[in-house]
Amino acid sequence: MTTRFTPSVVTANDLFEGDVIYLTDAGTWSRLHAEAALFTDPQAADAALEQASAQSDRLVGAYLAPARMGPNGPEPAHFREAFRARGPSNYAHGKQAEGLC
Amino acid sequence: MYAYSDFDHAFLKTRNAQFRAQIARRIAGHLTEDEFKPLRLMNGLYLQLHAYMLRVAIPYGTLNSRQMHQLAMIAERWDKGYGHFTTRQNIQFNWPRLNDVPDMLDALAEVGMHAIQTSGNCVRNVTADHFAGAAADEIADPRPVAELLRQWSTDHPEFQFLPRKFKIAITGSPNDRAVTRAHDIGLRMVLRDGARGFEVIVGGGLGRTPVIGKVLAEFIPEADLLPYIEAILSVYNSFGRRDNKYKARIKIMVNELGIEEVRARVAARFALLRDEWQGADGAILNDLRRAFAPPAFRVAPTDAFDAAYASDPVFRAFVDTNITAHWQDGYAIVSISLKAHGATPGDATADQMRVMADLAARYGHDELRISHEQNVILPHVHKSDLPAVHAALRAAGLATANIGLASDIIACPGMDYCALATARSIPVAQEIARVVEAREHDIGGLKIKISGCINACGHHHVGHIGILGLDRAGVENYQITLGGDATETAALGERAGPGFAYDQIVPAIERLIDAYLDLREGDDETFIDTFRRLGAQPFKDALYLTQGHADAA
Repeated sequence: MTTRFTPSVVTANDLFEGDVIYLTDAGTWSRLHAEAALFTDPQAADAALEQASAQSDRLVGAYLAPARMGPNGPEPAHFREAFRARGPSNYAHGKQAEGLC
Repeated sequence: MYAYSDFDHAFLKTRNAQFRAQIARRIAGHLTEDEFKPLRLMNGLYLQLHAYMLRVAIPYGTLNSRQMHQLAMIAERWDKGYGHFTTRQNIQFNWPRLNDVPDMLDALAEVGMHAIQTSGNCVRNVTADHFAGAAADEIADPRPVAELLRQWSTDHPEFQFLPRKFKIAITGSPNDRAVTRAHDIGLRMVLRDGARGFEVIVGGGLGRTPVIGKVLAEFIPEADLLPYIEAILSVYNSFGRRDNKYKARIKIMVNELGIEEVRARVAARFALLRDEWQGADGAILNDLRRAFAPPAFRVAPTDAFDAAYASDPVFRAFVDTNITAHWQDGYAIVSISLKAHGATPGDATADQMRVMADLAARYGHDELRISHEQNVILPHVHKSDLPAVHAALRAAGLATANIGLASDIIACPGMDYCALATARSIPVAQEIARVVEAREHDIGGLKIKISGCINACGHHHVGHIGILGLDRAGVENYQITLGGDATETAALGERAGPGFAYDQIVPAIERLIDAYLDLREGDDETFIDTFRRLGAQPFKDALYLTQGHADAA
């Protein structure tokens, strides 16, 4: 059985801070979901994920996360990813406290 | 309480230096994440949704004021100024940076604390009745045995790679406040012909396959307990399943082999092990009993307490809900609620930790406890000091009079922090606490427990009302279970029916409470008593039918 590909971003956690990071079009890493590269082609997404996973000296646990294009850039398409992009809902900690969402 | 020996200090120092070097090698690129992950987990370091998380063990939930002060310092220096007390009597720091963790662990070691075996397939932090050594209903303090188990299980070479994690809980009281029937091994102290021993319960657990533990032995003399537990671990290590992590806990082994067969295999192993100990366990246990000798209680009048109780309604409400009977005349057990209405269950700021530490030092014989219900206990307070303790707690926002009531909710971190979670727990708990605040004293005793995934860290299966958060087709959805019980009459709750959306779960809980208030026979009949008298149906009716809930179709 094959699963249908959904547009995705490549995301991971920063090795040092643990913070959520996203692969950009330039091949760099951003802490902003809106700056992530949105992959609509499965082969390109897999290639980007493979390239990201090789950078284990600066990140942990890279994976493809579902996303969609919004007015200011890619937006999370699942509530788990929305929390990762923003921070917890009980305190204004994480990205929301740093103006990163 | 137990103070670390030179051996303990040397062990921690070596272990921390080892992990410091492992972190340095990870950062230098000499270790991959696959190589590093099991090493960091052995030292309590997780990677969660937004950051690393350091889980620190608080053995059998016991702390002194110096340790609590150090937790406050760590929270301020290396985290965001607070800590989260968990259902495992641990504390979690949610925002450490990898580079800071070695210094955090060294700071913990300064006060005889660590994060070892708070993860991994090993014997985890041994948990205990949070009123141990203080409760009026207790046979004896179980913590000497708990400490013996801690020493035996820490870095035990045979049990570092069990089929799965292993949790032991112990109580010295017939009234079970340690949820012993929902642990891999539960130990309940009992007397036989005047001699102390333990009922040994095995194979309990919550998670995706909830099971109430079975009695493996009705009475194991205290002198035989450690070799008997070692025999259980040994049998589990040999016969527990390793082919499927979801079938690897001892509860599955007990189910597949049958309790009789497990009993026979443990007995055979015990027969080999008993003599090998050559009495060393008994000698250590005797030393530990001295370490846990009761403090020097003072004899003093309680007039100040009596006067405040008669004249101050706020103090009276606090005493009526947050004070438990102590075995020593003139003393009381104070439960400090970390469940202020609308606050995050189990969280304490560094300032609050310092207030509690100072109160323990000044009024509480320097002891604090963490309860599995995510509150803090001052186990030994003279009643004449209660008005001063209450006033200090009020000033620090710690005098919420809701212990055992509907807002005293267990909630796991859920999807606000946890990488395993499938839905949020904390905001649900916050909102329930807000909506019940005005009437919770009328509602009376009610245990609401919330988990953000099927791993059940929030103990939802044994809540009178349990709430389980799931991901249903990309949307948070909450299942309700009814009639669970975490005590000596342990029971698993039964699922009420279809789940509720995030914005519908709190109204659903309110309907359950409304139904209970309508159905109860007098103010003395608690929610769980009414449920047991009437069964689930009238509560299901309230949830799904009479209110015409959309999800009921």
